[in-house]
Amino acid sequence: MQVILFHLMPYADLDLQSARRHGTVWVTLPNRHFDPEQGHKLYHRYLDELEYGEELGFDAVSVNEHHQTAYGLMPSPIVTASALARRTKRVRIAILGSALPLREHPLTVAEEHAMIDVLSGGRLISGFVRGIGAEYHTFGVNPTFSHDRFHEAHDLIVRAWTEPGPFAFQGRHYNVQYVNLWPRPFQKPHPPIWIPSQGSKETIDWASHPDRRYTYLQTFSPAKVVQRYLKLYRDTCKGYGYDAADRQLGWAVPVYVGETDEAARAEAKPHFEAFRNVFVRMPIEMLLPPGYTSRESLKNVMKAKAEMFGDITIDKALELGLFVCGSPATVRQAFTGYWQEMRFGNLLVMCQFGTLPADLTRKNLELFARDVMPALKALG
Amino acid sequence: MTFSQRHIEVDGCKTSLRRGGSGEPLLYLHGAAGAGTVLPFMTKLAERFDVLVPEHPGFGLSDEPEWLENIHDLAYFYLDVLRALDLRDAHVVGSSIGGWLALEMAVRDTSRIKSLVLVGPSGITAPGVQPGDIFLWSPAELQRNLFFDQAIAEQRLAEPATPEQLDIALKNRHTVARLAWEPRLHDPFLRKWLHRVDVPVKIVWGADDRILPVAYAHEFKKLMPGAELEIIPRCGHLPQVEQADAFCDIVFRFLSRR
Repeated sequence: MQVILFHLMPYADLDLQSARRHGTVWVTLPNRHFDPEQGHKLYHRYLDELEYGEELGFDAVSVNEHHQTAYGLMPSPIVTASALARRTKRVRIAILGSALPLREHPLTVAEEHAMIDVLSGGRLISGFVRGIGAEYHTFGVNPTFSHDRFHEAHDLIVRAWTEPGPFAFQGRHYNVQYVNLWPRPFQKPHPPIWIPSQGSKETIDWASHPDRRYTYLQTFSPAKVVQRYLKLYRDTCKGYGYDAADRQLGWAVPVYVGETDEAARAEAKPHFEAFRNVFVRMPIEMLLPPGYTSRESLKNVMKAKAEMFGDITIDKALELGLFVCGSPATVRQAFTGYWQEMRFGNLLVMCQFGTLPADLTRKNLELFARDVMPALKALG
Repeated sequence: MTFSQRHIEVDGCKTSLRRGGSGEPLLYLHGAAGAGTVLPFMTKLAERFDVLVPEHPGFGLSDEPEWLENIHDLAYFYLDVLRALDLRDAHVVGSSIGGWLALEMAVRDTSRIKSLVLVGPSGITAPGVQPGDIFLWSPAELQRNLFFDQAIAEQRLAEPATPEQLDIALKNRHTVARLAWEPRLHDPFLRKWLHRVDVPVKIVWGADDRILPVAYAHEFKKLMPGAELEIIPRCGHLPQVEQADAFCDIVFRFLSRR
């Protein structure tokens, strides 16, 4: 199994009470709550944590993209990935992912990812996402065209990476007379493409198609839901006439390792609950604008609304498998058990979440890397 | 006055059409909430007019055609509807997005249109004002922001929706987003061509409209100086619902002079 260190870079200095009163940290939380001096410190702290990931032996370090929110301070993962490309030497760098439909022009994604791939000597993993529903509110991009734009942008990017230029691209949303990428990507035929998702049949059908076989990552979901979607991915591959390799599957989950189960739970509790109940929270209208999902999925979410949109405690999260936390032995056993059930070839651990401070993040990273990760890497 | 309901097929789209009354044709173009039922103002208008209430493609019981991508598609569709039903000298009454649609039709072709009544129409921007964010509001906020008289909102919120109504509400919302998410509720190029509207225009606005504040009414009046503007006090975004009698009187008085 490959183990990847994932970071959201949240605004950990957030005034939680104000954020709670406001109801969400997305779209409308006034940006006076962001202090650039604190932001300066946080960026350096978080980049240090990711760079430390190389020293600790992670297979990859990972950044992602979110806009106009305290949830994550990376409106451009290109910036953080570029910084990492210079300061690291061996570790792979995963952008999970760039939100294609939000870009005015997908060639900019093709170019920037190619730059990082060349700069890093072929260490880039390219993730493509649609951006979350809230970002259609912040950017004004029409969510009813989100899937169309995503697929067309993907086609343009992959062709730009692989076909000799110049060539013309005729699309419904994008039209380019001269596609002729400088630089071309370092890796042949192109950087691996991963598709993070909260779970959707349509995404799975598309990512698992024999022409693509993209790695599918189920993000921040209860373990049962992860299991359901990873099984759906495998079944879909069978339907296409091939068996999915383990490396085509991944799970992204927040993790906290302490000296004992009790200590871990006590240390993580306020920070995990801030993550889950303040940073993640948003109203359904913000999360799922019309057309972002099928109306069937939207109705299912509306049915599960109380469960999804209410507060949950760390204990409930542990019970659901939304969070993995405990002594090294407990965390090792938990992941080994999950792996035996699901055979995911990639595990993305988020070792900083919500307000988790630098000292606890570092301890978490060290305990995980020393006492958990070697056993996981030995699996499969 | 009873209304019949049937489907017509135009441009490959099966379209629900309610029709009642007799007289000169009056085409009512609904707004974001659709036109799933015959409302009192329709019945009243049908006392003097042949009232046609279609559900737009993408709304209610009508198909969701592949070709429906923007408001212009819908404008050409309704120009085809006028032709398909051979309506001549039609009075077009449009509410909100339906008012915007009526204008998009009229800048293209008024040969079958006799007059326009625009009820809190969207379609343009006005300096310094933003429309209410109908996509971010919860259903309860939306109802409360639709009406001046909060009793109407509370009454609507107290009525439980059937699963069929919920399905239609989601379908309507999807189509509204497709047409009006961005640019939000307007067409940046429409204002350039409003001078082409060469039929009499009446603009009706609720003084307390919280979806499209009354500043939009004044902007329309600036762009279409020949239009008559009537602002109804103590009224929200849907005068035809909230003040049906006053609204119908305005329509009758305006159309009797045409």
